Amino acid sequence: MILRLMAAGAAAALLAAPPAFAQSKSAAAPQTVKIAYVDPLSGPFAGVGTNLVRHFQFMTEQVNARQLAGPGVRFEIVTFDNKASPQETLTVFKQVVDQGIRYVVQGQGSGAALALIDAIDKHNERNPAQSVVLLNYAAVDPDLTNSKCSFWHFRFDANTDMKMEAMTTFMKDRPQMKNVYLINQNYSHGHQVSRVAKELLARKRPDVKVVGDDLHPLGQVRDFSPYIAKMRAANADTVITGNWGPDLALLVRAARDAGLNANFYTYYAGVIGTPTAIGAAGEDRMLQVSYWHPNIAPEYPYEKLYLDFKKRFNEEWYAVATYTGLAMLGEAMRRTGSADPLKVAYAMEGMKMDAPHGTIEMRASDHQLLQPLWIASWTKVGGANRHDIEKTGYTWKTEAAYPTFVASQPTSCQMKKPARPQ
Amino acid sequence: MLSDTLSQLLYGLSYGLLLFMLASGLTLIFSMMGVLNFAHASFYMLGAYAAYQVSQWIGFWPALVIAPLLLFAFGAVVERWGLRRVHKWGHVPELLFTFGLSYIIVELVQVIWGRAAVAYRVPAELDGPVAWLQGYGITFPQYRMFMMGVAVAMLVAIWLLLTRTRVGLVIQAALTHPQQVEALGHNLPRVYMGVFGGGAALAGLAGVVGGNAFVTEPAMAGTVGAIVFVVIVVGGLGSLLGAFIAALLIGLLENFGKASDLTGLAVLARLGVDLDSGSALHSVLALSLSQVAPVLPYLLLVIVLIVRPKGLLGTREG
Repeated sequence: MILRLMAAGAAAALLAAPPAFAQSKSAAAPQTVKIAYVDPLSGPFAGVGTNLVRHFQFMTEQVNARQLAGPGVRFEIVTFDNKASPQETLTVFKQVVDQGIRYVVQGQGSGAALALIDAIDKHNERNPAQSVVLLNYAAVDPDLTNSKCSFWHFRFDANTDMKMEAMTTFMKDRPQMKNVYLINQNYSHGHQVSRVAKELLARKRPDVKVVGDDLHPLGQVRDFSPYIAKMRAANADTVITGNWGPDLALLVRAARDAGLNANFYTYYAGVIGTPTAIGAAGEDRMLQVSYWHPNIAPEYPYEKLYLDFKKRFNEEWYAVATYTGLAMLGEAMRRTGSADPLKVAYAMEGMKMDAPHGTIEMRASDHQLLQPLWIASWTKVGGANRHDIEKTGYTWKTEAAYPTFVASQPTSCQMKKPARPQ
Repeated sequence: MLSDTLSQLLYGLSYGLLLFMLASGLTLIFSMMGVLNFAHASFYMLGAYAAYQVSQWIGFWPALVIAPLLLFAFGAVVERWGLRRVHKWGHVPELLFTFGLSYIIVELVQVIWGRAAVAYRVPAELDGPVAWLQGYGITFPQYRMFMMGVAVAMLVAIWLLLTRTRVGLVIQAALTHPQQVEALGHNLPRVYMGVFGGGAALAGLAGVVGGNAFVTEPAMAGTVGAIVFVVIVVGGLGSLLGAFIAALLIGLLENFGKASDLTGLAVLARLGVDLDSGSALHSVLALSLSQVAPVLPYLLLVIVLIVRPKGLLGTREG
């Protein structure tokens, strides 16, 4: 107990002093900026979590080698396991603060993201000299940049509404689509997908009928055949699902086993492990909306990164938001010559830069990254579709590429901004 | 439509028979040794991974034989050097031992094969729908038919083993009169070892056929572990036939439940009761059967424990 108090006291003393780097704009002294990775590293989502740590470590090497955060500035990832639980996330956040870390990356689970935003807002209000910034790379609940938006939160993934906007724009030119079936996991993400799908379909394709809207328990269902039977009975020719992991893999496989001729529009078919589980079952029936896939162009400058990552770790480099997040953070530090979160946050607002998939912009009003989106279909490797995903013999083929303005959504965010630093 | 109902019936039966394959090993171990093997679902997972590895090296059909044999050996080793030592302290320590073992197996699997899913696939010969059912308008995968066949063959084989062979007779005798069996000169510890290994092999066999129908990943033990206990409790601890009936019942219940859009509100409306959206139970009654179907087996478990704790055909109490 006494030791804990002493440690806390020492930490507070260290934190009270501003980072030495901020004193000189032309930083000659080398500076290490620690970034906390708060996401599941154990339990059922451990596979996804550990792969994403590697994404971040890979990008950190890029930043350090190319001095993307300014001369002498290095990034370092410190991992924390939040076990995908919002309660555990709060416990972990205390450890992050105790260790004096000012930047957090998180993405797996909008519930945990929300808990983190809330904790960070309160912490930053009470301790403005030890403010923390959250870079959200995958939590897609639209509320995080609308009703629950925060100055200290920056989202680098396209949110649920944006992705559905791109999907439904694609569907506008598909007259063969008549009956749409919605199936989702029964929690906040699934509810959001279901809600926005119905909203946007009513607006853009009023002729299309929504013939089913199912919600099933998360990660519990092994046998999706009854749901496929319902889809067949309803004459569904299109299925929209926000499912991920085994829930998606088993759904698509059940559809193929039962010979259901419907197209599956998905959000998360590219997540590690899912392509392997789906394999040939997805051929000519599965599409996904994403901000990137490895065949977006016959050749492009970041292809080398994709191949490097794949060779080193034998896993797919798919979460490119890990790249854009750290690249933008680094650029903000380089421009301001500081690692102070308040200055960096203001520098990131409205920032435009180049990324593997095009030009990206961090919108100042809600801290939502605006970026192009792709609709891609699962098809055999060949020709321009050259990169084999997870050794399945299949890969993504662009069906439509949408520039940034197509998917961008208006926002209802009214964020309270702290005073601009001098 | 009749073909839809028949198709769902077949799917429900195939899922139920897979559950039975899992539950049978657990029931045998429990009847014989009084040990509730918490690691049983992990044996299922090990069977799937072993089959995956063997099918990578040799092929699926050898894996169908080799993987259960590997699991038999593993189970025998666990019993001989683990469970037997813990046995003298009673049933609760044995339970804790198997509980801890389940965690160790999950971690071991992740160390060897990684944390992500592995590409254990249905063999090409068994891929595709059953031809003669297509004529009736039913698209049912050949592989599911194969799974049902394996489960039924396994059931017949166990029955033959227990009733027609000497080993089986010794096992049956040891179930009720272990001391007399030992007094007659039979090696009872070896019988126990064989039964535990056999139970593990049955779980492994379920893993071989289930692993490629569903996803083979480290989380697969957790998803199937709970439902297996529901099966044996509802069927009655210690009864193989009870486990069979309960497994089929639960398989059909889940499948037909998922296909139904019936809500509590609709039932009440049929009875002439109209609940407005402000009332307390409205949101619960608005849930459709398909949304709660995966939870129905657990509801059944609770009802059985309240109404008839020894299960359908249970032979042991408490």
